Amino acid sequence: MWSRRIQLLLLPLFLAFPAMALAVAPALGPSSPATQAQIAALQQAVQNAQTSGDNAWMLISAALVLLMTAPGLTLFYGGLVRRKNILGTMMQSFAMMGIVTVVWALVGYSLAFGQGNGFIGGFEHAFLRGVGLAPNPNYGGTIPEQTFMIYQLMFAIITPALITGAFAERVKFSSMAIFLTLWSLLVYCPMAHMVWGVGGILNVAGGRWPVFDFAGGTVVHITSGISALVCCLYLGKRAGYPEEDMPPHSMVLSFIGAGMLWFGWFGFNAGSALSAGPLATSAFVNTQFAAAAAAIGWVAAEWIQNGKPTALGAISGAVAGLATITQASGFVQPMAALLIGLIAGIVCSFMVFEAKKFFGYDDSLDAFGVHGVGGTMGALLTGLLASGSINAIFGKDAAGKPLPTGAIDGNWHQVANQAVGMGVGWSLAIVGTLLLLFVVDKTMGLRVSAADEAAGLDLSQHGEEGYDFNG
Amino acid sequence: MLKVEAVIQPAKLDAVKQALIEIGIEGMTILEARGHGRQKGHSEFYRGREYTIDLLPKVKIEMVVADDMREKTIQAILGAARTGHIGDGKIFVSRVDDAIRIRNDERGENAI
Repeated sequence: MWSRRIQLLLLPLFLAFPAMALAVAPALGPSSPATQAQIAALQQAVQNAQTSGDNAWMLISAALVLLMTAPGLTLFYGGLVRRKNILGTMMQSFAMMGIVTVVWALVGYSLAFGQGNGFIGGFEHAFLRGVGLAPNPNYGGTIPEQTFMIYQLMFAIITPALITGAFAERVKFSSMAIFLTLWSLLVYCPMAHMVWGVGGILNVAGGRWPVFDFAGGTVVHITSGISALVCCLYLGKRAGYPEEDMPPHSMVLSFIGAGMLWFGWFGFNAGSALSAGPLATSAFVNTQFAAAAAAIGWVAAEWIQNGKPTALGAISGAVAGLATITQASGFVQPMAALLIGLIAGIVCSFMVFEAKKFFGYDDSLDAFGVHGVGGTMGALLTGLLASGSINAIFGKDAAGKPLPTGAIDGNWHQVANQAVGMGVGWSLAIVGTLLLLFVVDKTMGLRVSAADEAAGLDLSQHGEEGYDFNG
Repeated sequence: MLKVEAVIQPAKLDAVKQALIEIGIEGMTILEARGHGRQKGHSEFYRGREYTIDLLPKVKIEMVVADDMREKTIQAILGAARTGHIGDGKIFVSRVDDAIRIRNDERGENAI
């Protein structure tokens, strides 16, 4: 009986030895070729899974950004103009979808994201040579480069389309098309290259003045917004402005368009993470928070000033918030996004109510007031509020802590970098736009005749009418 | 034959139509119109700019009636369209030379 008990007691000891041996097993030594092949296959499978998740999100984001142009911007702008100009207004944005796509495929992508120098890419990717389905480690290492290319194309489309808001209701379709095509090559491609292209002087990774521009506050909103101001100053006011009342002919269409812009902006901002990971989530959250806070800010300012909260105020506020958060979307904390939105709503509403009246320029659809001003504010606020805890864009230190990114982390120098980016954006937009306006105006004439302006763009430029109530 | 034109508030259209049908008038033409008499408009705000809207939505009803229906028609419209406030509208009565039914070329009071 005792020997039995001793045996039972000793049994666990006998079992423990092999277990202990396994627990302190030595590191994996050279394994068989079959194991190595299996490991390689598993690594490939993991990579494929990551690519498939990231690529799915990026393709959807590209579609979302295109949605922002049509029907988002076409409806938003279309509803704000007089009925006789609705098709003309929509055609201006739609034309960009056709023309910029072709130009991007032929040379635009290469000029923006090719190697080139600090200011502009080269022609090595003209006709999309070398841009295939393999990832480019510089541009989203887990997605096919063509995904990156098509995603960036949607940005290249909407940027010139935004400018059309400044010269609404008074520009020839042919001249507009030529002007904006040249603009996308002369202003947009260099700006995109400088900030996002490899070797760009403003590129956050290695540029002389690293600029934080997550989704295009400088590249898209500053360039288009400032160009818009230059255009409306050069072209002059609409006939009858400001004495004649020119209210929006359909706030309903504008409302629907604004909703689509908000929705699509998730692709614009969160897609700029170039992956479906946590950074995309940050940008998504910040986008929503800023839009909402800005809508409230604008409506509150207008309610106090004019006595009623308007639908146009609400949607304008939301768009202002979205434009302002664009640059900061993948860099700031959610609470910062609320603050940025609130500031955007209040400042942009002031620009549109007071500054525009004071200076008297006819920025018909407030492209400068919302995108130019919003983008400029966003550029500077990003420098202030960027936090390494959201995006360790400068890397981490030896202890694994993110290096300081924005002023809120202690890096006040970044605000200066943001200002440089802003300055380059303003300068390129002003010089490039003035030059192109001059050239196109002298060769083709930009403004429609007085008779055509009175008849409306739909009839004079396109021989069509937007609405046929008798049909 | 008399032409009776009434410019009324859009909200009163159903009541006026009903009142006219009740006195036996079945033929009428309704137009959407904008206008004002002494009624002041209102302000609308778009992006901080104030727009004075003084062309107000109205409805115009036109009908051609027999001479002996004159006072009945006027009273029907007055009763249905009146609210007592400025902006109620106006009725105009004029003489008509002739009325012709397109379907069968009937003329005169038989055609209305």
